[in-house]
Amino acid sequence: MQYKDYYNVLGVSKSADKADIKKAYRRLARKYHPDVNPNDQDAEARFKEINEAYQVLGNDDNRKKYDQFGQDWKQADQQAQGGRQGGYQQHQYTGSPGGEHDFSDFFESIFGQQARGGGTGFGGFGGRETHFKGEDMQAELTLQLTDILTTQKRTLTLNGKNLRITVPAGVENGQRIRLKGHGGKGVNGGPDGDLYIRFNIQNNTKFRREKANLYKTIDLDLYTAVLGGDVLVDTLDGQVKLKIKAGTQGNSQVKLTGKGFPKYKKDTDKGDLIVTYQIKIPTTLSDKERQLFTELKDLQS
Amino acid sequence: MSKQQHSIEITTLCRHYQVERTFFSHLSDIGLIETISIQDSLYVNETDIRLIDKIIRLHRELNINPEGIDVIMNLLDRIDDLEQQLTATQNRLGLYENN
Repeated sequence: MQYKDYYNVLGVSKSADKADIKKAYRRLARKYHPDVNPNDQDAEARFKEINEAYQVLGNDDNRKKYDQFGQDWKQADQQAQGGRQGGYQQHQYTGSPGGEHDFSDFFESIFGQQARGGGTGFGGFGGRETHFKGEDMQAELTLQLTDILTTQKRTLTLNGKNLRITVPAGVENGQRIRLKGHGGKGVNGGPDGDLYIRFNIQNNTKFRREKANLYKTIDLDLYTAVLGGDVLVDTLDGQVKLKIKAGTQGNSQVKLTGKGFPKYKKDTDKGDLIVTYQIKIPTTLSDKERQLFTELKDLQS
Repeated sequence: MSKQQHSIEITTLCRHYQVERTFFSHLSDIGLIETISIQDSLYVNETDIRLIDKIIRLHRELNINPEGIDVIMNLLDRIDDLEQQLTATQNRLGLYENN
């Protein structure tokens, strides 16, 4: 368990009066409030910390207890260790400083579990219900690029509950989808919150992707570029043989229509694969090769 | 009827949030929310509830008045747009990095 320096959290001195503490708290709350920092888990964690600090320092009794306890917290911590089992449950809720609230183990070891929320509500905010609609929840799902070649069902476990979702083929990296009504329960007959899932797509292929188009650079030896020929190119689902025209220039591109990635929400439609040729110039030449290249050069002049 | 099913009466919201009716009138006057009048009652669309929750929190927890909240909402919309553009740009940038 980590000692919490609540004075430090609020950026006030140990001798700060109540008005200073309130002012510091208000200022930090404006900065880190989840509603003005959407999708920012660091800000959310900071906001919780600030509220916890204010719950303690903004209340005379709590502050007194904390100031006393602060001196020998380690000793008290050892006593507390006995009864506590591990298991930190990760919450993914954001934007909702309303009812349930996370307090640190440190806070609970001084003030006990009954101090969380119950009756007094959220630190400093007077505890009136600010939710009608249930809380919106955020989750992140990491998938490989090859996982989203087809639309498929996935089972997510969120806060202990299993949820089966459909992951559409061709979803973008960083894209968020909303599952209406899969967030927290509404209050007093209000609608349930929504679940937002952000996709983190890792590219486990040799292709670069932009939306439904795939890009690939292939090496072409000088002789094939000059004289023409065939090359085999890997695609997502196999290989294709490409005809190389004689006199193919470096960095020229060919487009393989329909060999790209599935289009989002149009599974059957695919983007293109764009192949760029990179011509490899020989770097070491044998005497014979040097002689032949020189002959070629002389032919040009 | 179907319209009412997806609308919530202002009086229900006043009771829930413990705010005066005039608060919602003010929000409606400055264009932050839209109210629907059905017979003698005023309603808001259920889809606006998330926004209203947020407005109430910003007002109550950070002491921001409705005009200030309007400014914040506009800025948050801009941030949202910019974040989406940033993600799209980062995804595109991948084209020019490692083959």
